[in-house]
Order: sequence, then C-alpha cells, then structure tokens
Amino acid sequence: MTGNDEMVPKDPRGTHVGNKDIYGRKITYSWWEPEVQYNWALGPAMSRFLEELKKGSIVGRKCRKCRRILVPPRMFCERCYNPTDEWVKIEDTGTIETFSISYIDSDARKIKDPIFIGVISLDGASPKHGIMHYFGEVKADEIHIGMRVKAVWKHVSERTGAITDIKYFKPLKKGGGKK
Amino acid sequence: MSRKVCVIGVGYSDFNSMTPDIQWKEMMYGACQKAYRDAGIDVRKDVDSFITCGEDYWEGFSIFDEFVPDQIGAVLRPCMTITGDGLYGLGTAYMQIKTGLLDTVLVEAHSKISDLLTPGEIMLHAMDPIFDRPVTGPVQRPRYGGSPTYTKEEPKPLIGATDEKQRVHPYFLAGMEMQHYLRTTGTTEEHCAQIVAKNKQAAFHNPMADYEANITAEDVMGSQYLFKPLKSLEISPNVDGAIAFVLASEERARELGVEPLYMSGFGWCSDTPWLGTREFDGGYAAKAARMAYKMSRIERPREMIDIAEVDDRFSFKELQHLEALDLAKPGEGAMLLEDGELGRDGSIPTNVSGGSLGVGNCYEATGLQKALEIVVQLRGEAGRRQVDDAEIGLAQAWRGIPSNSGAVAIFQKGGA
Ligand SMILES: [Zn+2]
Repeated sequence: MTGNDEMVPKDPRGTHVGNKDIYGRKITYSWWEPEVQYNWALGPAMSRFLEELKKGSIVGRKCRKCRRILVPPRMFCERCYNPTDEWVKIEDTGTIETFSISYIDSDARKIKDPIFIGVISLDGASPKHGIMHYFGEVKADEIHIGMRVKAVWKHVSERTGAITDIKYFKPLKKGGGKK
Repeated sequence: MSRKVCVIGVGYSDFNSMTPDIQWKEMMYGACQKAYRDAGIDVRKDVDSFITCGEDYWEGFSIFDEFVPDQIGAVLRPCMTITGDGLYGLGTAYMQIKTGLLDTVLVEAHSKISDLLTPGEIMLHAMDPIFDRPVTGPVQRPRYGGSPTYTKEEPKPLIGATDEKQRVHPYFLAGMEMQHYLRTTGTTEEHCAQIVAKNKQAAFHNPMADYEANITAEDVMGSQYLFKPLKSLEISPNVDGAIAFVLASEERARELGVEPLYMSGFGWCSDTPWLGTREFDGGYAAKAARMAYKMSRIERPREMIDIAEVDDRFSFKELQHLEALDLAKPGEGAMLLEDGELGRDGSIPTNVSGGSLGVGNCYEATGLQKALEIVVQLRGEAGRRQVDDAEIGLAQAWRGIPSNSGAVAIFQKGGA
C-alpha cells in the first residue's frame, strides 16, 4: 500500500513507513483537521459538584429509595431509576479501590517519574462511589489497594471549579480520616 | 413470524432552541421516564432491551454507547446505540420483538445540538475528503493546528486549491437538490414557501413545537437566498429535545391492559455517497416506503394512509418525500398543497405537528418526532390539531445533509 514500486522491503517483517514517507508524499494520503468545538451544558448535579470543588469541598446526591449516596452526584439514580433526593457533604478522604502506575506518558515516551493513578472510594459516600485521580507523596512499593488517602487541594486562588482543583491524593496516616 | 409489534409508551422532554439548564443525560432521563410512566411499566424489571440512536460527532463523545445506560435505565442490561436516525432504532426494536427474541424494548433518540458549536463542520466532515470537501472548504487552518509540530522538512500538508473565501456551508447541497427538484417537477419556489407557512402555522397547535410563527408564503419568499433557490426561512432551525418509545409484543401490551397500537411495517434504504452519481429524487425514501408498505400490506398508499409525517428539514423536502413515498405522483405534491389536501382537513394531512420547520431540526430524533406525532394522532390525543378518523399513519425521516438515506415506519390503530 506504499504506492512506491521501487521500495523493496529490506526487513522480512514488512516495509517500514515513516513520517518522511508520509510528509514527502511518497504515499498518497488525505489530510483533515476538523474544527470541532463543544460547549456542554452541565446541568444541576455537575454544576454544583464543580462549584463545591472550588470551595474545597465534595458533595454527593442521596437516593432515598436505595439509600445510596452517589459521588459524583447525579440527578437520577441509575439503579432505582428515581430522581435523587438530597445533597450530601462527602469527606475528602477515602480508600484506594484500584490503581496503576504508568511509566510512559500519553505519547508512549518513557518518563522518569512514574504517574500514579487510580480510583478512590470516598468516605461518606456509598461503597464504590468516588472519583479517579492521581496519587502523590507515595512510592511504588507502598501504594496498595485498600490504602487510606486524603485529597491535596490546590490553593484557593488557583482553583477553577474543576476536578483538578484537587492536585492528588496522598497516603493518610494509619487510622486517619472519618471512614 | 405472525407476532405483532405495538407502541405501548411514548415520552418526550421539553423542546427548546437552547437548553443550558440541563445536561444531555438529564434530558434523556426525562423523556424515558415519561415513556415508562406512559406504558405503566417498571423499567428496571419490565424492559428486555434498550436502543439509543446517537451520532458520536453530534454528541461530542466517541464510543457514545458507553454513556447511555444510566439515564435510560439500562445498567447491566442488553443495550446498544445505533448511529442513525431514531426510526432505525424503532426498526431494530421491531425486529427484536417480531422474531420473538424479546418482548419489551426501549428506543430513545435526542438532539443536544446546542452543545455543539460547529455543526456545519461535522456535516463537512461527513463529505468525501478527496473530492467533495476540498471544493467546500480549505483544509489548512492555522488557528486550530494543535497536535502535530510542523517543520520545514515536514510541513503541514496542503490539499486542494481552495481558500477561505470559497468556503461554503454544507447546506448548499440542499440548494442543489431543490434546484433539481423544482426543475424536474415544475414545482415553484412559491410552493415551497407555502410549505413553510403551512408548517409554522400548524406548529401553533403543538405544545412541543419551538418554531411556530404567524408567517405567510410571501414572508418566506422575502427571506434571504442562502443557497439559491433555498431561502433562509425554508431551513428548519436547530432544536434540543429527547424522545422515547416503548415497543412491545401484542401479548405484552394486552397483559399490561394497553390498547394495542401497531407498528406494522418498517423499511430503510441508503443511496451511494457519490454526489456525482446519486439521484436527487428521494429514491431512498421510495425504496424504504415500498419495503414498509409491503410489510404492512398497503397496496394503495395514497388511499390507505390517513396521516403522514415526512422529513421537511428543508421546505422542498416535504413535497419531494411525499412524491417518493407514493403519496403523490411526481410533481403532484404542489397541486395537493394548493388544493389544501396536505392540511389537517385534507385527504393526506402532512406534518400537522408543524414538521421540522415548526418543531425544529432535532437531528437523530427527527424520525421519532415524526413517529411520535403519528402515535399521538392515532391515539386521538392530538387536541386542536387532531386529524379525524386517523387509522393508519406514516412516519418518514431522512438522515440529513449530506446523506441520501432514510427510513419509513407505518403505524396502525387496529387490525394490522
Ligand atoms: Zn436509588
């Protein structure tokens, strides 16, 4: 599919096609960069959640029927299919449900300091309710499922009402936080 | 395959040109919740399968199907998303029930088009990248060149010879098609303008409609040419909204004590994407209709169909589709319009809901908006726009610019 008859494969696994072949137009191709932009309306649940993050707090929604406290908050309960009933304040401490340690960046380049990322069940919410976030101040041989962690917030002047208003979660000392 | 398929519940959200107060998931939830209530069922127990219709690009999510279960009640249940108009969802549900595989199926489609700031770009992106896009818009756009880094050795590639000044909105395709339609049928621009006036006036009687207007054909004729012969008022404006249907087998409908309203036939058809090869006569609608008529044993559609909701996202499309659907002979649509036959009291009431010109262009929900009107009419719940003695109704939708494909569904009050 190279479109170049003179190109003889030197490698039995096939012919390597590189950027030079593409940009040098040795290969016929078509290029397109769409100008696509979205501006999603967030609705009451997400809006309130982000507003609270800016204040350094986390909120959930309670479904009275199944008694679950949903985080992030939703205006309806996916289990009961009822509208949720009330706002509930959630702690910024929690437990690691699962995690991974990435040794490459999104462009698959090796990185010196690995990225710790995982899912945290937050205290004050129902089990398996929480958010995905980074972990910091932790070593690869320390982090584990079930580890107790606490949010490290950006300074109030830096918060924008985004999930990244929390910088990362760090290990909590033994017995710390209200579970 | 004698099993019959019924509509047992319908629901819809508010329809508005913008919906900044509500998230798209919440909008879908509202429509589905109403449909389940209308059917008198508990979604978490009584629904066997869930179908949403959504196009990733309109939504702004790739793999959009991942994001739908919560708000339609489908968590850990059989669920799928069809990249197409809501009528394709109804057709898929019809098959799931007709085969005896399942009894109760949800179909949902929506438009949250106000979340998308660049709908024209998505339409452009739907056109052939080598032959059609370069003659519609240039490909070099330094303003948004984000990802790759270009160097002298590896410069940003250029395709096509057009520049920014030559860029046109993909709706020009509708102008081309209208030109062709007027020429081949002898229909006039005034006729098309009358369609707009008819539908926008009809929309006053439909609480769901967002673009009702007290306008005349003269007003439409006086509006600006955007893509000659197509004028600005002849284009249906965008609207947000969600619509949900619950379909069930006849036995299930009777168990629930619901008076069966049958979906008796369905057809769909796609033409080639080549603009230089395709027909501009709504052939996709003709073939889809033939399939649906055969399934519904409708031999003489003009006499047997009591009410039709057809795709009118551009004024002339209503007439073109009526003719393709064999509800009018080629070129006869305009005469039926002049004789008042397309009005509520006419022999083939068409788009009494206000159509897309009156309700708004709700993208993938367009087909369900048409089908919803038919269901409401056959139930006798259409209030001031109720058509007398409506027994058999047709809903038709086109996939929109730049497609040449679409679907047809037939609904019947009794017998089937
Ligand atoms: Zn619940």
